Amino acid sequence: MFNSYTENTLRYYPERCINCRRCTQVCPHRVFAEGEHHAELIQPSKCMECGACALNCPVQAIEVQSGVGCAWAMIIAALRGKDMDSCSCGGEVGSCCQEQNEPSTCCDVK
Amino acid sequence: MGHRVVPGLYQIGTPIPTSPVIVTANYTLSFDAVRSVLAGISCYILVLDTKGINVWCAAGKGTFGTDELVRRIELTKLTSFIEHRSLILPQLGAPGISAHEVQRKSGFRVEYAPIRARDLPEYLSTHKTTPEMRRIQFSFMDRLFVTPIEVVHIALPLVVVALILYFLVGGLGVIAAISAVLAGTILFPTLLPFIPTQDFSTKGFILGGIVAFPIAVSFGSDHTLPLLENILAALTALLIMPAVTAYLALNFTGSTTFTSRTGVKKEIFQYVPFMAMMAGSGIALAILLGLLRFTGGI
Repeated sequence: MFNSYTENTLRYYPERCINCRRCTQVCPHRVFAEGEHHAELIQPSKCMECGACALNCPVQAIEVQSGVGCAWAMIIAALRGKDMDSCSCGGEVGSCCQEQNEPSTCCDVK
Repeated sequence: MGHRVVPGLYQIGTPIPTSPVIVTANYTLSFDAVRSVLAGISCYILVLDTKGINVWCAAGKGTFGTDELVRRIELTKLTSFIEHRSLILPQLGAPGISAHEVQRKSGFRVEYAPIRARDLPEYLSTHKTTPEMRRIQFSFMDRLFVTPIEVVHIALPLVVVALILYFLVGGLGVIAAISAVLAGTILFPTLLPFIPTQDFSTKGFILGGIVAFPIAVSFGSDHTLPLLENILAALTALLIMPAVTAYLALNFTGSTTFTSRTGVKKEIFQYVPFMAMMAGSGIALAILLGLLRFTGGI
């Protein structure tokens, strides 16, 4: 209850995994762990959908709809009639949270 | 632009053809963070054109990406300076990079170094990482660091609203506005892990409610006004202040290191209508209160 972060779009197909361990190297939240024959999905609810694992998996054993979890950008996108899912961080012209070419909050601090 | 480094190949110390190549973004703070920890280590730094954006955000946008990396390898004629075919990238650049595609297109093998630049020297000597090096943190200091940016975003609307409230309600109205905003922009990030529930919105409602309570008591205990007006004033504070704090708390999701788009979207659909309803009801009560006072009460 009062936890919207238990589900996400991460899907893992261990039968395709070649145990290259890329996913365990790139995930910043230890969603995957090294296994004997293939990577183990140990904390799926910790996935922030950054997409690093899927992009670096050479055999498409991981799928995720990557995107930025920023309410500000998504609300602004919705108010401007844009697709909430297409919104990105970055502060450039065309991004949802900035009118001008200036860094946005997330870009200044991380 | 003051925060940009010219993209290209830089040398630190006196690198030789076997020296490592470290890849980073052309955001000054990213570049300086890498350069400062590499003091005394001879190596190359390959700076990608990320439009002055840091590694993490640029990777999310794709400017710190496979195509730019492959293009920069060619533009800088990297292969003429080194004899190995290995690149060391920041782990947080991985959302924009496909390591196997880089290898296929350029012949370079990608290694992902630890998240924090301070761990880079150890990684360069061992090429091994601990689980802690690979895990992102969002410490008290990290959260405190972003609070000024949150405050700046809301500063102008706050000044306008505070001025209006000063003339309509008086000093207590100004205190209420400032309290609700500071609760959402400073108290919330600071206390984030300690506020009950997981959703940012519910955390914001709780914090906003706590901050609103003494303000509501003050509004409701003005003995010079009729009881009904006291109740309406207190209710107004209890409806508007938690809604404002909760909205600001929800907006903090973009500054964190762990919220997923799916979760944030779910929060928006679940709580924003409720926030709007609370704020709308509060404003309606405030207008009613104003009318009562204007017309001389009941």
